[in-house]
Amino acid sequence: MSLLEITNLHKSFGGLSAVLKFNFRLDAQELVGLIGPNGAGKTTVFNLITGVYKPNGGSIVFNNEDIAGMAPYNICKKGVARTFQNIRLFKDLSVIDNVKIAFHKNVNYNLLSTILRTPAFFRGEKIIEEKALEYLKIFKLEDKRDEIASNLPYGEQRRLEIARALATKPTMLILDEPAAGMNPQETRELMQLIEWIRKDFQLSILLIEHDMSLVMGVCERIYVLDYGQIIAHGLPEEIRNNKKVIEAYLGEEVG
Amino acid sequence: MHEKKKTWLTFIFEVIVLAVLFTIVQYAMTVGLINQSYQINITSMCINIILAVSLNLINGFTGQLSLGHAGFMAVGAYASVIMTNNLGMPFIVGILVGCLAAGIAGFLIGVPTLRLKGDYLAIATLGFGEIIRVVLQNIDYVGGPAGMVGITRLTSWPWLYAATIVTILVIVNLINSSYGRAIISVREDEIASELMGINTTSYKVLAFVVGAMFAGLAGVLYAHFFYIIKPETFGFLKSFDIVVMVVLGGLGSTTGAVIAAIFITFLTFALQKYAAVRMIIYSLILIIVMIYRPQGLMGSKELTRKTFARIWSGKK
Repeated sequence: MSLLEITNLHKSFGGLSAVLKFNFRLDAQELVGLIGPNGAGKTTVFNLITGVYKPNGGSIVFNNEDIAGMAPYNICKKGVARTFQNIRLFKDLSVIDNVKIAFHKNVNYNLLSTILRTPAFFRGEKIIEEKALEYLKIFKLEDKRDEIASNLPYGEQRRLEIARALATKPTMLILDEPAAGMNPQETRELMQLIEWIRKDFQLSILLIEHDMSLVMGVCERIYVLDYGQIIAHGLPEEIRNNKKVIEAYLGEEVG
Repeated sequence: MHEKKKTWLTFIFEVIVLAVLFTIVQYAMTVGLINQSYQINITSMCINIILAVSLNLINGFTGQLSLGHAGFMAVGAYASVIMTNNLGMPFIVGILVGCLAAGIAGFLIGVPTLRLKGDYLAIATLGFGEIIRVVLQNIDYVGGPAGMVGITRLTSWPWLYAATIVTILVIVNLINSSYGRAIISVREDEIASELMGINTTSYKVLAFVVGAMFAGLAGVLYAHFFYIIKPETFGFLKSFDIVVMVVLGGLGSTTGAVIAAIFITFLTFALQKYAAVRMIIYSLILIIVMIYRPQGLMGSKELTRKTFARIWSGKK
């Protein structure tokens, strides 16, 4: 049974159709890639799934529920988490506070105990702190827990963003160009990390990436998007040799 | 266990410091060491601290530029005076009703305006602040443009002191919690915050309502100290004064807001003798501070127990 089923999704900005007749399926614990040339509409698709944009038409069924047009915070509560192409950390907050915010939706003390500092508050904070530390340990960031997020080196910021997304306990993780700006060595490490996350957290992962070695290396299936439409989908091998895909990336051969 | 004991000791120590500070001022007032003008100065200081700290919750921590804080102060002031003077209720009822009325006003104004961002929100809140003032000017029951006069002075040092401490405590406790982190995440990155499962609109409204309630409290204290309230006292110039304190102290620093409120109150007080050049000197000082400390006196840092501990051990 599919975890995410998108049918006939449509989004236009003014007269321009950014995403058109978009159909997509993602099974539980599957790792699928979405690729396409710049401006093809990949990030728009992610923004539609996570509720940042409201679609003009079509349905997004996640866990048997249509989430199209829901507010982002509700979609998050349904179990969708994402990272961003241009990292969006809470820059002026400490590393651990970045992760702690992910637990707020399940906070188990109320405003009154916050202001009166009741034992419930201290218990709740302790639990949040312990959980946040667990995630920092997994991503080898526990030494930097009190560092300000924007002071971390680039690669660690990427890791922190993934840690923060995972801390919301998603069933589907969406990664928007996780390898952007990384060198080949870092990309290889990232590939291993993604594989490991999927197994350990039993997640479905959907990723956008330009780095073909990463996409071909980890994705089980690949969708190719061009001008807002799916032009091909299939196994990595099939995509590599698909004529339409090569044309979209390199242009047509001149007669 | 040891850690816990230490926390308790620090807590008790702090309570003693606060109690001693209270007693000294109280004693000095009773024996007449503090004259009338200094008493006004101390009152303004406490009111300004409450205003600056509460506005800092909205502008500094939540990152929503509000220019209508004096409007909520007016709501609190008028509502409480109706209770105490017109209806003969005790002061505590006036305080509670004042805070509640300002909080409700904050909610009614916050829900529609907080969907706006940045400059637009600033203009909308400025507009609402003015609407409150104009509405008050046109209600005869509260005296119209002449305002309400002959208010009994009920604001005493114990009330001022307690109100200031409660304001600081509530806001500091709120900020240092999961709710506070949610509020700050709205300032840091609204989209990322939404995608972490945080309903950003409701947290903006929460901050706005809490901020408005304490502005209302400041209004109550103001009205019951200065005998008279007029709509024009609570115009946008008053709102700007509070914004200046918050920016001067550093957006997102409660201790900064406190320091700036004290600083500006003293500055205004000290410059009273030089009426002609007062505004020039006042503005120059602000410009100089902003040039050399664009992030405000404290930036987004706080003076905490840790800071004092560091200074203490550094000296040893």
